[in-house]
Amino acid sequence: MLWLLHRVIQAGFVVLAMTVLVFVAVNVVGNPADILISPQADQAERARVIAAFGLDQPLWRQYLHFLVQAAHGNLGRSFVFNQPALQLILQRMPATMELAVSAVLLSVLIGIPLGLLAGLWPDALLSRAVMAGSILGFSLPTFWVGLMLIMVFAVQLGWLPSTGRGRTALLFGVPWSFLTLDGLRHLLLPALNLALFNISLVLRLTRAGVREVLPMDYIRFARAKGLSPARIVGVHVLKAILMPIVTVVGLEFGSTVAFAVVTESVFAWPGMGKLIIDSIGVLDRPVIAAYLVIIVLLFVTINLVVDLLYTALDPRVRSDEAG
Amino acid sequence: MQALPAAATAPILEVRDLRTHFFMRAGVVPAVDGVSFGVAPGEVLGLVGESGSGKTVTGFSVMRLVEPPGRIVGGKILFRGRDLAQLSERAMRDLRGNRIAMVFQDPMTTLNPVLRIDTQLIEAVRAHGRTSRRAARARAVEAMAMVGIPQPEERLSAYPHQFSGGMRQRIAIAIALLHRPELIIADEPTTALDVTIQAQILAEVQRLAREHGTALLWITHDLSVVAGLADRVAVMYAGRIVESGAVDRVLDHPRHPYTSGLIESVPSRNRRGARLRQIPGMTPNLLALPRGCAFRTRCPHAADACAAEPRLTETAPGQMVRCFYPERVTAA
Repeated sequence: MLWLLHRVIQAGFVVLAMTVLVFVAVNVVGNPADILISPQADQAERARVIAAFGLDQPLWRQYLHFLVQAAHGNLGRSFVFNQPALQLILQRMPATMELAVSAVLLSVLIGIPLGLLAGLWPDALLSRAVMAGSILGFSLPTFWVGLMLIMVFAVQLGWLPSTGRGRTALLFGVPWSFLTLDGLRHLLLPALNLALFNISLVLRLTRAGVREVLPMDYIRFARAKGLSPARIVGVHVLKAILMPIVTVVGLEFGSTVAFAVVTESVFAWPGMGKLIIDSIGVLDRPVIAAYLVIIVLLFVTINLVVDLLYTALDPRVRSDEAG
Repeated sequence: MQALPAAATAPILEVRDLRTHFFMRAGVVPAVDGVSFGVAPGEVLGLVGESGSGKTVTGFSVMRLVEPPGRIVGGKILFRGRDLAQLSERAMRDLRGNRIAMVFQDPMTTLNPVLRIDTQLIEAVRAHGRTSRRAARARAVEAMAMVGIPQPEERLSAYPHQFSGGMRQRIAIAIALLHRPELIIADEPTTALDVTIQAQILAEVQRLAREHGTALLWITHDLSVVAGLADRVAVMYAGRIVESGAVDRVLDHPRHPYTSGLIESVPSRNRRGARLRQIPGMTPNLLALPRGCAFRTRCPHAADACAAEPRLTETAPGQMVRCFYPERVTAA
């Protein structure tokens, strides 16, 4: 379990480095006080607010104060909302997570079957179409695809709503869209938009894996045993190619949460991506810092889970650790 | 095309004029070009040749496991009288691993590295006939014990990489034997193994085949293996059988210059110190075979007549040779 400790310490350093960056960057961009305090306020009022935010202190002092508070679990109060920054983000987090998880699920559920198709029958017309389509999925900018999805499915066809989360239902005290039909209808377009890149990625990885594994002796031997094609593809091929797919999907989950910023803006999805864009606009430093801390922790956790999945998927990784 | 002399019993497998070609961009490669042979129950037929002679493709053709761009383009593969070449893929699947089994050359690559041994054995049991997981597991343990794997019960839940090459080949053989097949095609299964392991595996296979009356098609480039194991031998060169007959007869009195060349290139105690003889030249490019006898460019006895295609002719009872001058070849 030494490596776990190693990971945690590593994560700690990343968080430290990043918060330093946030403090320096926000300081370089401008003074939050200039944006926050109304131009009509008099000198005394101005000084009072600046002191209240701690902005009168030198930057290193502000940072030290932040660290001490963070060690106590307090990431500061939002300048704008006058609420604890962490609480603010955690409130928006379920919406983003819901969107990101749906997108990753979609990319696996669509990407793997299409990749198998393209890998098993590489010369079929459908396979070629899928591969060509995946290039579009890679290269088209997310925001543009989002706008097109809205144009086609919301405006022209009127099949699906284009903004917001729709009706939500409570689960564990948190509102979720996927629990209601209306919510699902609202979720579909943004999730698809966010998933598009990953669908292409998973699809290509799956195809490449299938092409690589099919000529292997053990696949031919599986056929020589008289196994059904379904069993050969579903167990022998799939298990052998799962490793790189799990890696990429795992790592991409982090990026998906980060990329949700764009999709959330296009579809007015009230998640933390939208919050962070707004916060950067008004230099709401505590919110920016807290958001990034959470993202770093998320990435570290995901990497950890991916590593654990490796050992479950590939027996050879296990023996490497032992030996 | 001539059939081999009928064995004492009706053959389990009778291949007639088999042609398997590979349709490459550069042209058509006739990897197997008019091969005929038969294997009787309990008999071991050694199929001998250099790499690229088409012996492996012959084995895969019988299993109907030739991958594109390869295709069986002609001939009959009669298994118990049924032509496998005409069988549907579904019917073929019922035979594979059940009545015809195959053991591959490289034990390091024949087992799926990410699946446990029990998974790979149990699925093979359950591929043919309804068996409960429990019963299938018991069968798997039994099969592992039969091929001499110690502590089969515990070893069953291990992964392939936790076994040595010899043990992996034993597992592959155990899988091949699961359903008591009538025919086993063994594609150089001992080539990748140490000589001591090789001897063990050979003895094991011989015993198992004898006990169950299984016919064996043993594909190899190693004449010493054939000498110790096979009843009859067929020598392949450039996609054709150039000589066949009883093992003792062919090895002691080869009548084809290629067979004799192969025999002479085997190191022997009797000729210690003497320079090993080699067959001059290289295996021919199947895309540009010499006209007539494919071996004539490397043959010490070649004459003008060899520009025509020699036919298989019987030189002694049961011994068939594809050569115009079999009398010129003398035993080493």
